[in-house]
Amino acid sequence: MKKQFLALLMIPVMTLVSCGEGSKEESEEKEKISITVKGSDTVLPLAQMEAEKLMEKDSSVSISVVGGGTGVGITALLEGTTDLAMASRDLKTEEALQFKGAKKEIVKTLIAYDALTVIVHPENKIGQLTREQIEKIYTGEITNWKEVGGEDLKIVAYSRESSSGTYEYFKEEVLDDKNYASNILSMPATGAIVQSVSQTKGAIGYIGLAYQSKSVKQLAISYDQGKTFISPSIETAKNKSYPISRPLFFMYDKVNEEKVQTIIEFTISEEGQKIVTEIGYIPLN
Amino acid sequence: MRTKFKKFQEKFIEGLLMLSGTVTSLTVVLIVIFLFNEGLGVFNKKPIDEGYVIAINQSNPVVKLSPAQIKDIYDQKIKNWKQLGGHDEKIVLFKVDDITDYYTDEEIGKNFANLPHCINDFIVKNKGVIAFFSETYLPLKFTGKYIDVDKIKVSEFLSGEEWFPTAKPVAQMGVKPLIYGTLWVSFGAIIFALPIGLAAAIFLSEIANKRIRNILKPLIELLAGIPSVVYGFFGLVIIVPLIQETFNLPVGETGLAGSIILGIMALPTIITISEDAMRNTPRAMKEASLALGASKWQTIYKVVIPYSASGITAGAILGIGRAIGETMAVLMVTGNAAIIPHTLLEPVRTIPATIAAELGEAPSGGVHYQALFALGCILFIITLLINLAVEFVTNKKKQRKH
Repeated sequence: MKKQFLALLMIPVMTLVSCGEGSKEESEEKEKISITVKGSDTVLPLAQMEAEKLMEKDSSVSISVVGGGTGVGITALLEGTTDLAMASRDLKTEEALQFKGAKKEIVKTLIAYDALTVIVHPENKIGQLTREQIEKIYTGEITNWKEVGGEDLKIVAYSRESSSGTYEYFKEEVLDDKNYASNILSMPATGAIVQSVSQTKGAIGYIGLAYQSKSVKQLAISYDQGKTFISPSIETAKNKSYPISRPLFFMYDKVNEEKVQTIIEFTISEEGQKIVTEIGYIPLN
Repeated sequence: MRTKFKKFQEKFIEGLLMLSGTVTSLTVVLIVIFLFNEGLGVFNKKPIDEGYVIAINQSNPVVKLSPAQIKDIYDQKIKNWKQLGGHDEKIVLFKVDDITDYYTDEEIGKNFANLPHCINDFIVKNKGVIAFFSETYLPLKFTGKYIDVDKIKVSEFLSGEEWFPTAKPVAQMGVKPLIYGTLWVSFGAIIFALPIGLAAAIFLSEIANKRIRNILKPLIELLAGIPSVVYGFFGLVIIVPLIQETFNLPVGETGLAGSIILGIMALPTIITISEDAMRNTPRAMKEASLALGASKWQTIYKVVIPYSASGITAGAILGIGRAIGETMAVLMVTGNAAIIPHTLLEPVRTIPATIAAELGEAPSGGVHYQALFALGCILFIITLLINLAVEFVTNKKKQRKH
């Protein structure tokens, strides 16, 4: 029974596969380059826009962009199922070792920066926090705003779901790799965090700089125990004085260098970097 | 000849019907087998990533650590081996990614050639070390001591109160808060939806005239066609702030918000099915009741409701079924904090929301992946129990009637 069912399933799959091969051959005849891009959901909107603009300009290139997370992109690169991986963090030692094991040389190109901002309800009197205070809020040691100099109000901390790269980055960078407290509320999307923080008085949350909105208040952050507080903005992120910003990369196997060169060159060109600003990330220069 | 053909035709149709029946049942059985096969696999695994080891210095007397203890060590809540029955020695945390903090690139060597040696060296030199690394970097002559982690036990899985499936190095798999969250939200939804749904069904089938019914019924059925993510967004923007203000809570994302949204979503099912059941009450029975001098209301609750009881319960079960399994709307409004709720006014995390939010990133075949399937098994068992209970109740009623 199961076998018959599988066999039935195979028919459309096989037709699809054969169709795919056919179109590939055709495109090779016209010397079309098709590039697959996979990885970080943070880089996804940027890569999509870059790909769209590039395809408008150069009709010989066709690019398909898929999300899934940085880890997914790097695994695909390792398995050779994607030409270009999008990454919102550097390679981990573990991953570097895996590439070494597979005898692949990986090249990474910095394409932009992304800054994370910590946000609170606009009526909250607190305007700045140190990293240690944020860590204590998210690990559940500080539960009331009066402990950090605010009014007597319970702190409601919002986070992303554990599948998000932003969740991992915030944990590593701001929480000193400690686990989130179990009473942290987790939201399925960044937009939902903005919405919830804007309507909850005691709320605190973290979002990408690209998602900033007037309905929430951004906090200045100190990474030196309260000596200097830096407000998040494109300028402070660019000159690296704002501490919670991370690099965004394109990574590829050196064997594929020629193939992916067009999109990489376009992204780091002046025109490509303009798109970076439009999307809300921080350009390289 | 003709009768023969007719006979053959009948046989053919019969066979076709039987086939579709068997295929459906087989699919159900196959899905259940798949679910339990994947889900039960979690109890064969250790809550640590496959191929990884935890090691300490040879001189350390500690032999065994529980997952909770390991988590507290890495969260720096336990800072000294004394707290775990060891020597008075500060705990030094070590992960492979930290190696560059202790050794220069030259010492590690090109392409990490000397990495295993460096790890061994570090573990030997630091008495208070606890190291977490992949077996592939295990030095040939390893001079440290392994810490053994137990396999996940069914009892621990069900009674554990912490859900941190991605915690490194050891995952915390306690599903108690998730089970409680699911039950609280569904229970609240049904308490909210059943009376309203029943009232609406009675109104539609017995009281409303034809014109009103023709307007109202399609409208109610339209409720079932709205995508659940729209309900979720509606809940997040309208119901969550409303609850927060009404009850003066620090946070509006609560079990109650989930219950209200699920209640609304279950309404069309409950209303349509119970209304159909009520309208199936034989006219003769109703007329007999009225002729005996019973008022309209007496007829409704003495004749119509008892007659359609099984239909009403069927509607309620399907309503609960929708509530328990609903994912997206709940994911958006309940806050998803994995804590055991004591009232409906606290954030909760339900089983379907957990599966939906985490399955995408869980590596296929890993502990986390299988734990999510085990959650699916629990959900399946809950719905099965509800169905059996209702079957039992309706059967009893039928026997009493005849």
